[in-house]
Amino acid sequence: MALSGLDIFKLLPKTNCGDCGIPTCLAFAMKLAQGGAELDQCPHVSEESKTALGAAAQPPMRGVTVGTGNDAFTVGDETVLFRHDKTFVNPSALGVMVSADATDIDEVVDAANAANFERVQQTLACGFVAVKSAGDAPGFKAAVERVASRTSLPLVLMAETSAEMEAALQAVADRKPLIHAATQSNADAMIALAQEHSCPLVVRARGLEAVAALTEKAAAAGLKDLVIDTMPATAGEALRDNVFARRAALEQKYAALGYPIITFPGERSGGDELLEVTYAAVDMLKYGSIIVLSTADAWAMLPLLVLRQNIFTDPQRPMQAEAKIYEIGNPGPDSPFFVTTNFSLTYFIVSSEIESGKVGAYLGIVESEGLSVLTAWAAGKFVPERIAKFVNDSGMAEKLTNREVIIPGAVAQISGELGEELDGWNVVVGPYEAAEIPAFVKQRAS
Amino acid sequence: MSFTEPVKKTNGTIREVTLGSGDGAYVVGGETALPFHTFEGTMPHKPAIAMEVFDVAPEGWPAPLVDALGDVLADPVAWARACVDTYGADMICVQLASTDPHGNDADPEQAAATVRAVVDAVDVPVVVYGTGNAEKDTEVLKKVAETVTDTVLGLGPATEDNYKAITAAALGYGHVVIMESPIDVNMAKQLNILATQMGLPADRILIDPSIGAVGYGIEYAYTVMERLRLAALNQNDSMTQMPMICNLGKEAWRAKEARVGLDEEPTWGDHAKRGVLWEATTAISLTMSGADVLVMRHPEAVRLVRTAIDELAAG
Repeated sequence: MALSGLDIFKLLPKTNCGDCGIPTCLAFAMKLAQGGAELDQCPHVSEESKTALGAAAQPPMRGVTVGTGNDAFTVGDETVLFRHDKTFVNPSALGVMVSADATDIDEVVDAANAANFERVQQTLACGFVAVKSAGDAPGFKAAVERVASRTSLPLVLMAETSAEMEAALQAVADRKPLIHAATQSNADAMIALAQEHSCPLVVRARGLEAVAALTEKAAAAGLKDLVIDTMPATAGEALRDNVFARRAALEQKYAALGYPIITFPGERSGGDELLEVTYAAVDMLKYGSIIVLSTADAWAMLPLLVLRQNIFTDPQRPMQAEAKIYEIGNPGPDSPFFVTTNFSLTYFIVSSEIESGKVGAYLGIVESEGLSVLTAWAAGKFVPERIAKFVNDSGMAEKLTNREVIIPGAVAQISGELGEELDGWNVVVGPYEAAEIPAFVKQRAS
Repeated sequence: MSFTEPVKKTNGTIREVTLGSGDGAYVVGGETALPFHTFEGTMPHKPAIAMEVFDVAPEGWPAPLVDALGDVLADPVAWARACVDTYGADMICVQLASTDPHGNDADPEQAAATVRAVVDAVDVPVVVYGTGNAEKDTEVLKKVAETVTDTVLGLGPATEDNYKAITAAALGYGHVVIMESPIDVNMAKQLNILATQMGLPADRILIDPSIGAVGYGIEYAYTVMERLRLAALNQNDSMTQMPMICNLGKEAWRAKEARVGLDEEPTWGDHAKRGVLWEATTAISLTMSGADVLVMRHPEAVRLVRTAIDELAAG
């Protein structure tokens, strides 16, 4: 079972040559033990040691990359069951599936390309397009070519026979598509194709034992970049499979299940596309790494992508909004000018409340290391000196008729000092709670 | 190497809390495992959906909500009946928005009369939320507690600032108290400890962990709820073993992504579907981290979350 860093160290050459990219053998051993490095990185390790280290030296869950270039995505490499234990690492990829015989292929691909949103300085986008064969190799190949020519997104190729898959791979193997899938009936041929074209491969079977048997077979053939599909029939089965797979990989170091999971929430939702999105949320929270949807329309993608951004945020490093002046609802020279901190949640809540007040306003976001108002004030990051510098540098003095800046009610105590720092400005104490901003704005206007 | 199912047994059980009375009583809680982990424990009661009814017609609601509920928005009794009869709500949550001191500032008697009328109109339990103004909520919830004594209400939010008075009122009339703490495991525990020290039985408390919607801090609530639930189950920590209630309808529909139409954000897709999904994904995420009662608003979101809950619970 799992070896400690020191156990591993004993099996290494102990030359501290640094060829693995890590200065000492001990440090390398520690990384191996934590799953942060791979034994292959050491060019000098003996065959005996390799065998001895075996599964223990592998990261507990494989990271798998699909696609090439800027649009490629990586999933897996996860190290915890709960985000508060450390963080979730690689955001689930969300994409859309289109059938090779669909009449609206172009529309679906265009929707996938268009599903691209900017939020807190991050781009949230549809991650891939999956093309599902309708059963004939030429038709599949033609559809795959059509999709490939219309998008630079990574591709997932879905077919039941190796003949269909081979035809499609001839066209797009250089884009490193994800092959879906090796099953009990076609495993040898699909594994051979994945090897020949160096593409990641999904193994698909009902239930975890059957899946593990297939991943072992693929691993024995030398494949590493595997993804698993447990074919759950219900939402309950999907949850059980995903929880067991993640626990088996991380806690039992069971290598045969140490791969990312692909899910098809549409297979369990009976054609109800809103229910499909609801299930997709469950899949994402509970360990689905690649989630294949039947639509890439914005109403489906946006809630899932934003939820993903939240859940995959490192709990130790809160998201930060860009420090600048935000114009909300066409503000003019008489509009209110608020300032607050750059904690993303503070920004979202304050801007959302200003919007719901339906009065144009300026919102100044002051760099404060992602802390909320009171914490930032206590930590010296949202203090008169900093706020004054921000206001002076913002150019707002030229934009407003009355130089008036509104600070959060939670830091009412700094209003005097800020007034002294800000020559020619009037400092107004705003509401304590953001929810009171609409009423505050209304009152201020009257 | 062969595969052994990595089943985990827990030590703790979530308390069962009963709301309502007689045939209309509804029990929440009772889990011995993480949400829907029926492969290693039990979930005797599925998470309940309490549909919202406002005691005063809400203003400025986005089109998807008005389209779905427009006929009943001005009549709390008709609204409550529609929720139960048409949409299958497990409970009703009366939001006493009329009492907001920054708004109508309605008096406690009037609010209590509305709760009375709703309780009389439906045969499911009723949960009552004030507006979050500590002082006014105290007056209002006291009045509600003493006006409706023939059934067990859920009363909240009781916070650090007013839990004493609300607990005292609930104690006398047999109600359940919703203890609201600001997204913090220790503060949630602390309030439960203080309330039980006043003599409130631990099985008459629901935890409201304060939640945010998708995009508006849901990750904090998700994690705090997971940690509360893990402490309850794995450490058998008694003061975390209360069922959790999430007042999420208002949070989901406050999100810009749920509120604005295609005229304002032409690339965000169909407004009605997007709004419904904002509420549904918020609700199901909170369910996955331990919610036992979901306060919800849009009938279609309710349908989705109910279906997902049923399917997840079926194993």
